[in-house]
Amino acid sequence: MNQRVFALIVAFIVLVTLPYWMAGVYYVNVASQILFYAIFALGLNVLAGYGGLVSLGHAGLFGVTAYATGYMLQLGLGHPLAILIGLLVGLAAMAIYAALSLRSTGIGFIMITLALGEILWGLAYRWISLTGGDNGLSLKTRPEPFGFSLADTNTFYYATLIVFLLSFAAMTVFVRSPLGAALMGTRDQPRRMNALGYHVWAIRFYACLFSGLLTAVSAILFVYYTQFISPQTLALTSSAEVLLMVISGGAGTLLGPVVGAALVVVVKTVVSGFIERWNFLLGAIFVAIVILMPEGLVPGSARLWRLAWRKRTRHAASISGGAEVKS
Amino acid sequence: MSALTIINLCKSFGGLHVTTNVNLNVEPGERRLIIGPNGAGKTTLFNLITGELTPDSGSIQLLGKDITRVPSRRRAHLGMARTYQIITLFARDTILHNVTLALLGLSPARWNPLLDLKRQGHFIEHARAALEKVGLAQIANRPLAQTSYGERRRVEIAMALTQNPKLLLLDEPFAGLSIDERRDVKELLLAIPRDVTIVMIEHNMDVALEFAERITLLHFGEVIVEGTRAEVVADPRTREVYLGH
Repeated sequence: MNQRVFALIVAFIVLVTLPYWMAGVYYVNVASQILFYAIFALGLNVLAGYGGLVSLGHAGLFGVTAYATGYMLQLGLGHPLAILIGLLVGLAAMAIYAALSLRSTGIGFIMITLALGEILWGLAYRWISLTGGDNGLSLKTRPEPFGFSLADTNTFYYATLIVFLLSFAAMTVFVRSPLGAALMGTRDQPRRMNALGYHVWAIRFYACLFSGLLTAVSAILFVYYTQFISPQTLALTSSAEVLLMVISGGAGTLLGPVVGAALVVVVKTVVSGFIERWNFLLGAIFVAIVILMPEGLVPGSARLWRLAWRKRTRHAASISGGAEVKS
Repeated sequence: MSALTIINLCKSFGGLHVTTNVNLNVEPGERRLIIGPNGAGKTTLFNLITGELTPDSGSIQLLGKDITRVPSRRRAHLGMARTYQIITLFARDTILHNVTLALLGLSPARWNPLLDLKRQGHFIEHARAALEKVGLAQIANRPLAQTSYGERRRVEIAMALTQNPKLLLLDEPFAGLSIDERRDVKELLLAIPRDVTIVMIEHNMDVALEFAERITLLHFGEVIVEGTRAEVVADPRTREVYLGH
């Protein structure tokens, strides 16, 4: 418990002071990317990790929100209104996704979400009058909440950090709540949950909305970060990438998706500067994770840590005569 | 008013008639045993009563209220609880959490995304008390995966009982248990108060006969014999279809 609190405090201090010790603007930007992708991964983890519903269409939702925000700004709306509409469009898209895909679970759910994601990608690519097609949409400015211009790298990082911390806190509260427990129950024994009086479909639907909200929030940070959105963002590879963040870090854990997001973003942006075949490296890392820690980096490391700890205490006990330390 | 009334209930899967014109009337507080050879349609009848399957025709009444079209999750709220032939529990969680989920299922708090479930004292106390009754309080915090089959059976019964059911459906509660475990579960079931009506499917006649007051014999989806314990056991058709001697 204390170890955990201590680790969280250290992580918090590291994040808050990051722009002061990080070697340059480029790396602060990488940190911002990690944080908003982490929010995206948290959102997918609600379904894939806690709900047992693997979605391969989340990039579509992400993209719809980003396009909606970008388009509203192009129409001349202010930032607050554009963000609000972006969130609402993202949530509405998620509700439609959920209504269609919650008719099934397992492979069926994966295939329906995949198909919906592809439809949105096709629309982004072909509905040129709205999306600009291959050319995408550009955003001219970033917002200036309370007079802090997000055009500044450090300010943008802090804004992202605040949103990330709020999202992480919301996730923590949800997982510990009765609704969170009910969602995990529907993942493990849907039939039993139904017999116990739970509305399995509705629980899953609410989980979808929560997942959609986090996805939309991360999409808005993304679109302000890149100030550009193109169909590539909605492609199947983007959906797969965020799913890999969740699985490699540890699906169904709080920290897993954050660690997974850090891993993928660092390899994609930083390591790719040194190694041309970074995709190959990322693949090799995933294979290694699946073989060595199939439950993901966070739970896997925790398991190894416990193992090492037990060995050490046993070793210490055997040195000190150990006769009375039987357990 | 009967606890459970079934009128002309029919269900077929394709050409297979698994439930054919079943009529059943269980009085409040009664202990009813349903027997029949494998494939007689006993579990299907349970699934129809709990609403996991929808009947082709006929009706089901719980305490005088027609529930034929009521979704199965609502039936739990109307006072129906069940256990499964194949134990169906939450293996990743502790025993206590399993029972807490049963309690939460009937509480409006199950929709709450903000409360901390571990700090809801009344749920935890209630769940502990239920585990006390089935003799599992001392291992309440053990993960379910580390419990024995007999303990899991008792967890299932504890979960059903915490919901304060008016009608309890037990699908082979003694299956797969050792002699000692069987004795424990039997004592547990005998201790259930009379305001709970119990319908039980069971093959293990030694324990089940002692428990049941009335017995219904199903064969190929039809009720063949029904009556008191002595009547059914003495009936030649029971010997022919079920007891086999």
